[in-house]
Amino acid sequence: MKIHEYQGKEILRKFGVATPRGHACYSVDEAVKAATELGGKVWVVKAQIHAGGRGKGGGVKVAKSMDEVRQYAGQILGMQLKTHQTGPEGQKVRRLLIEEGADIKKELYVGMVVDRVTQKVCLMASSEGGMDIEEVAAHTPEKIHKVFVDPARGLTDAEADDVARKIGVPESSVQKARSVLQGLYKAFWETDASLAEINPLILTGDGRVVALDAKMNFDSNALFRHEDIVAMRDLDEEDPAEIEASKYDLSYISLDGNIGCLVNGAGLAMATMDTIKLFGAEPANFLDVGGGATTEKVTEAFKLMLANPKVKGILVNIFGGIMKCDTIATGVVAAAKEVHLSVPLVVRMRGTNEDIGKQILKDSGLPIISASDMADAAQKIVAAVSGK
Amino acid sequence: MSILINKNTRVVTQGITGKTGQFHTKMSKEYANGANCYVAGVNPKKAGESYEGIPIFASVKEAKQQTGVNTSVIYVPPPFAAAAIWEAVEAELDLVICITEGIPVRDMVEVKDKMRRAGSKTVLCGPNCPGIITPEEVKIGIMPGHIHKKGRIGVVSRSGTLTYEAVGQLSDLDLGQSTAVGIGGDPVNGLKHKDVLELFMNDPDTDAVIMIGEIGGSDEEAAAEWYAKECKNKKPVVGFIAGVTAPAGKRMGHAGAIISGGKGTAQEKLAVMEACGIRTTKNPAEMGKLLKSVL
Repeated sequence: MKIHEYQGKEILRKFGVATPRGHACYSVDEAVKAATELGGKVWVVKAQIHAGGRGKGGGVKVAKSMDEVRQYAGQILGMQLKTHQTGPEGQKVRRLLIEEGADIKKELYVGMVVDRVTQKVCLMASSEGGMDIEEVAAHTPEKIHKVFVDPARGLTDAEADDVARKIGVPESSVQKARSVLQGLYKAFWETDASLAEINPLILTGDGRVVALDAKMNFDSNALFRHEDIVAMRDLDEEDPAEIEASKYDLSYISLDGNIGCLVNGAGLAMATMDTIKLFGAEPANFLDVGGGATTEKVTEAFKLMLANPKVKGILVNIFGGIMKCDTIATGVVAAAKEVHLSVPLVVRMRGTNEDIGKQILKDSGLPIISASDMADAAQKIVAAVSGK
Repeated sequence: MSILINKNTRVVTQGITGKTGQFHTKMSKEYANGANCYVAGVNPKKAGESYEGIPIFASVKEAKQQTGVNTSVIYVPPPFAAAAIWEAVEAELDLVICITEGIPVRDMVEVKDKMRRAGSKTVLCGPNCPGIITPEEVKIGIMPGHIHKKGRIGVVSRSGTLTYEAVGQLSDLDLGQSTAVGIGGDPVNGLKHKDVLELFMNDPDTDAVIMIGEIGGSDEEAAAEWYAKECKNKKPVVGFIAGVTAPAGKRMGHAGAIISGGKGTAQEKLAVMEACGIRTTKNPAEMGKLLKSVL
């Protein structure tokens, strides 16, 4: 689960990380009021969307007067902000963060993820703040310093200080950097984060170490113990189809192609998408119905796929193990009837009660194309969709 | 022979009183030598009771003392599953197979750290995996037993149904399996591809291996590199990686199936595997055929 920058900063502040003062706003008037309350002469107007790259897309502006605050807030609120992470259609800006200006002397980078090889939390830090860290990793990997944190001990003073010095924090500010790094680690660990990133972390003219940005993602498997974080979820930032799917416990991801696919199991679902591509078409979605698919679930899955206007055909690929093929077949027939299916449907079924399942499809009187294996199924749906 | 489990394995089910645990314990008990293998269950509140003739004990330790179990299978719900793993580790079982899906990553980081710290010899398989089967001997997990055949091909995979797909293709070609191991789709887990590959390489009854991976992490690359260095000409290995079409930054169902920071793509894994002498296919319907072609 993702949250906004201002929410990430709220969390970081609780763990002792210094951030600029600021307020989240939903209207131009609120923005002006927030700037007035903050005082000072310079404010930053920041679009709040979940995607990164907001600055380059025109979603972050520095205002030097109240008129400029009003002007920029008006420009940014409601805009379709396009960044390298939003896709070409962009993401509508509905919230702003108004912050006091900062005196930036140096920009640094710090981030945390769980490292799969060492199975520990990895702190990554670099002197190259403000840049895309993937670029830094690709071109100047020696500028990224890593610490694999011992889970029983946490990030030690010595580890934090060492990293701070390596990324160019002057001796007089090392202790302040330590609180930031240790605060970031505690925030990451205690909130069950999957990613925590401060880019840039800045050194100010007066020697403070401040988080100018905050990006946090959370482990969805741990949300059951974090009601406060669940409350931060912003459904406007998520794909409506994926939200709908999650209501029925379906794992669904929208893609760009025109062949919908319904599969049991995540690995098989990906393999099915790959097979569609192998035979010259593109999948419209990833959809795993899971192990306990019912008729209702299959019907909902069909509705989801067909709600996508790009879908010109559907491929169902089931390896029935615990889930029986006849159950799926009944579901497919009921769903096809309920949604008045008008696009070609290819079904490949294998496993438990395979023959009964196939008979159910045959007896339904529906124009369902049966396939013998995955490759056959993919070839048939690609041919049907391209009108061959 | 086989790897990890055989007809002499003695199993305790942790979570035997839940719906999933009951269903799969019953199915597993009915498979091959299951009636002799499944000898204990655990639930502290239902000690002294039994399920399908299997006695229930208060703890794994007690189950081990009373029945001599050496392996556990876990169906405990996610919030309590890491603690269940630790209980089995503390009881010094040889093998723990955790089926549970949805365990918080932090819980796995903690329990794996405790295992390392304690110098534990217990082998963990999973979590979020279908389990392990040695065909016609014992099935520990949720896979459909009837698609398997006894034989000499090893199967290792991060995915459930994709493993069944590979096994089904092998059985159709009359190529039986020595053991099929599902290592699971979580980012922090027990056995890795490399570990299972090593076991297969050292198993006199395995002639060749199918290694199935998916996007995310670098386990497949690590296994391929180990293979190239240690036993390239020993036994043939073929592979498939799911997720060539998966977009970056999106979790594809499994918690660990995600391309992040440009790392963990299917293309990268396939290239490393090929460079290491592992033949791969881009057509998952041809995993069995590919394996047959290298025998």
